[in-house]
Amino acid sequence: MAHQIDVDAWERKFKVVLLVLVVGTVLTVTASYLHLPPGLGIPVALAIAVAKGSFVVLYFMHLIDEKQLIYWLLGLAALFFFFELFIPMFTESSSFGG
Amino acid sequence: MSMAIPYTAEARPDTGLTNVKIGIWLFLASEVMLFGGLFASYIILRVGDPNWPHGAEFGLSVPIAFVNTLVLIVSSYTMVMAWTSLLRDKLSRFRLYQGMTVLCGLTFLGIKTFEYNEKFHHGHFPSEHNFLAIYFTLTGLHGLHVLGGALYNAYLLGPGSKMLKTSRQQFINRVECSGLFWHFVDLVWIFLFPVLYLL
Repeated sequence: MAHQIDVDAWERKFKVVLLVLVVGTVLTVTASYLHLPPGLGIPVALAIAVAKGSFVVLYFMHLIDEKQLIYWLLGLAALFFFFELFIPMFTESSSFGG
Repeated sequence: MSMAIPYTAEARPDTGLTNVKIGIWLFLASEVMLFGGLFASYIILRVGDPNWPHGAEFGLSVPIAFVNTLVLIVSSYTMVMAWTSLLRDKLSRFRLYQGMTVLCGLTFLGIKTFEYNEKFHHGHFPSEHNFLAIYFTLTGLHGLHVLGGALYNAYLLGPGSKMLKTSRQQFINRVECSGLFWHFVDLVWIFLFPVLYLL
């Protein structure tokens, strides 16, 4: 956020994000006590974590109002991140199958 | 002749960003790779073991981790409020929020130390099981990040704040970038909490 900002508006947003994160955390823990089957429990927990993480990145790290170069930089990092996550998994799955 | 490094306080004309902003985002991108590799290891270990244990089997406490999660979330909020306090030119308010951020960081580490002690007391070491190996690696690395962030935030609260008198904008940029790192640490924990304690 390299330009003039409306501090009042951002502080209001920060309060809402704090509330969302607390509620999201309570939901995550509540969902875990429901003992959902793994096929449902894992996606639910990860979906809540992704939603919470998005709020942190977009508002606390104010990526929602950032310059284009940062988006390109993070897009590249995200690409490598997925390679990093999935290439070992493909290797593992072929060795399990063999 | 001035030896000052350009674009530390003003944005570069070509990118619209200060050097420090580009630098911290590049650093955070490398951190994504670091934690990404460890998360990939976790997935491989978990997928490869049909009897992967639940954290509770090794005494991982959900209530304690829940409290620690709330502590980090609150610290992220106080961090952004410290930054906006500087934008408002309210130094005492900055000190209050920055101090709360440091305190939350230390509280998180205190709780984590208590958890570690409990595990060691019950004989749960990284060598016992792959779950504990990846648990200690991920939470240990994360804890080191919390420690580093808390120390730097304490520096900005104390001796580092002298820069306010000489280069106000540069100091605000430092607090903003320290905040970006702190929020990243919070972000990592948001994923570690369900992955290690709940699933």
